[in-house]
Amino acid sequence: MTEKKIRVLVAKPGLDGHDRGAKVVARALRDAGMEVIYTGLRQTPEMIAEAALQEDVDVVGLSILSGAHMALTPRIMELLRANGQTHVKVFLGGIIPDEDMLRLKEMGVAGVFGPGASTEDIIRDVQTAMAG
Amino acid sequence: MNTSQAILDGDRLALARLLTQVENNSPAGRAALIELFPYTGQAHLIGVTGAPGTGKSSLVNQLAQHYRKVDDKRVAIVAVDPSSPFTGGAVLGDRVRMRDLSGDSGVFIRSMASRGSLGGLAQATANMAQVFDAAGFDIIIVETVGAGQSEVDIARLAHTTLVVEAPGLGDDIQAIKAGILEIADILVINKADRPGVESAEKALKSMLELAHPTERVFKHHGAYMSVSVPKEHANPNLWIPPIQRTVSTEGKGIVELAGAIARHVEHLRQSGDWAARERTRLEAELEALIRDSLMNRFREDVPQKQYEEVLEQVIQRRVSPWEAVKVLLNGRLK
Ligand SMILES: Nc1nc2c(ncn2[C@@H]2O[C@H](COP(=O)(O)OP(=O)(O)OP(=O)(O)O)[C@@H](O)[C@H]2O)c(=O)[nH]1
Ligand SMILES: [Mg+2]
Repeated sequence: MTEKKIRVLVAKPGLDGHDRGAKVVARALRDAGMEVIYTGLRQTPEMIAEAALQEDVDVVGLSILSGAHMALTPRIMELLRANGQTHVKVFLGGIIPDEDMLRLKEMGVAGVFGPGASTEDIIRDVQTAMAG
Repeated sequence: MNTSQAILDGDRLALARLLTQVENNSPAGRAALIELFPYTGQAHLIGVTGAPGTGKSSLVNQLAQHYRKVDDKRVAIVAVDPSSPFTGGAVLGDRVRMRDLSGDSGVFIRSMASRGSLGGLAQATANMAQVFDAAGFDIIIVETVGAGQSEVDIARLAHTTLVVEAPGLGDDIQAIKAGILEIADILVINKADRPGVESAEKALKSMLELAHPTERVFKHHGAYMSVSVPKEHANPNLWIPPIQRTVSTEGKGIVELAGAIARHVEHLRQSGDWAARERTRLEAELEALIRDSLMNRFREDVPQKQYEEVLEQVIQRRVSPWEAVKVLLNGRLK
């Protein structure tokens, strides 16, 4: 039997138009031995939840630079739960004010990464969340 | 709830989870495969392979839409991308080109990393296809990046294999280099909006004529004459791979490609090749399973220490591998 690989969906919800950061994170997670499903730009919450379901991922990583994180993140978490994917850990990257960060964590977001976060930080936090 | 029943009832979460179990070859996955086996054998398996970037995912996106809209068929897609040999991780990016398919409950897309072993990939793909088959998907499309034994193995699994080419990838036709022309039931020249289509098609045609000599070329008074075999004399069991041009970004040539696929299915049914392929595939699967279980039984039976001692003697050139087998089996597995 093959060891269970960590499967991660890296998605970019919303309308902001570049995905360099998301791609860097996707590659870093791959280099840490994870299987990363990359879905591209301009994903709706519905598209993200559907992909997370079909791919049976353990982790969803969202990159939101548009400032719409307080609208998009809860919606995506709600859809994941409605699909029965209650175990999925959601991480968020973007420019997130401190007060939002707190509220997101209260909603159950597993981790929030600002522009200063290194890929090592992200890998470590994902691995810790999966181990715990 | 019972997993197999949930799959048969169309539970998508259960389906997604079982695909993971089956991919990991877990005991739970195998148990479900056993229960679902009687419900398999209905789907049409289409393999799509070709060099990186030729537009396979874009083509799959179009084909799946065609089967949804025109034929009202349920479509499952398994998109395989390579794992990194160094870290075992992978970035699976085929969904990027398939966003038109989202929001349709008649479509299920699953990305898959090739992981380590070649034989393992083909087996895992076959098992995942079986799950989709039992779940009632009419068409299962498997996309793999071309060139290598795994494509050949996966083609053996498919009823119809499309080899995708694109003009302008250099002078050579990629399929010829990679040696995957042999597995093509249909050749697709995608990106037909690009320059170089004519020469790509010409190159493919001449390769095909070498492989399938339906035309005889005579040298007559110093001039070459090409004589086609009259249609009614042609062997009805012979399938000559057609060449189809497509522009996947615009959906051009997709109806014609679907037509060629339908003709291939018709050919498989009439010639008896459909049954022959099923038979070959199931026989290969059975043999692989027998090999695995004999090997497992051997490992259970022979102490690791004894095995290593004999191996050491072989390495020292004191015992030949053939004699070693005799010693190790010593009346076992007769
Ligand atoms: N001009 C043109 N571009 C195309 C066509 N089909 C696909 N492309 C483009 O070619 C690029 C690769 O397309 P994909 O569908 O990802 O190709 P692929 O063969 O699946 O790629 P890999 O899975 O990475 O091997 C994308 O930028 C597509 O937009 C086409 O018919 N014409
Ligand atoms: Mg692709």
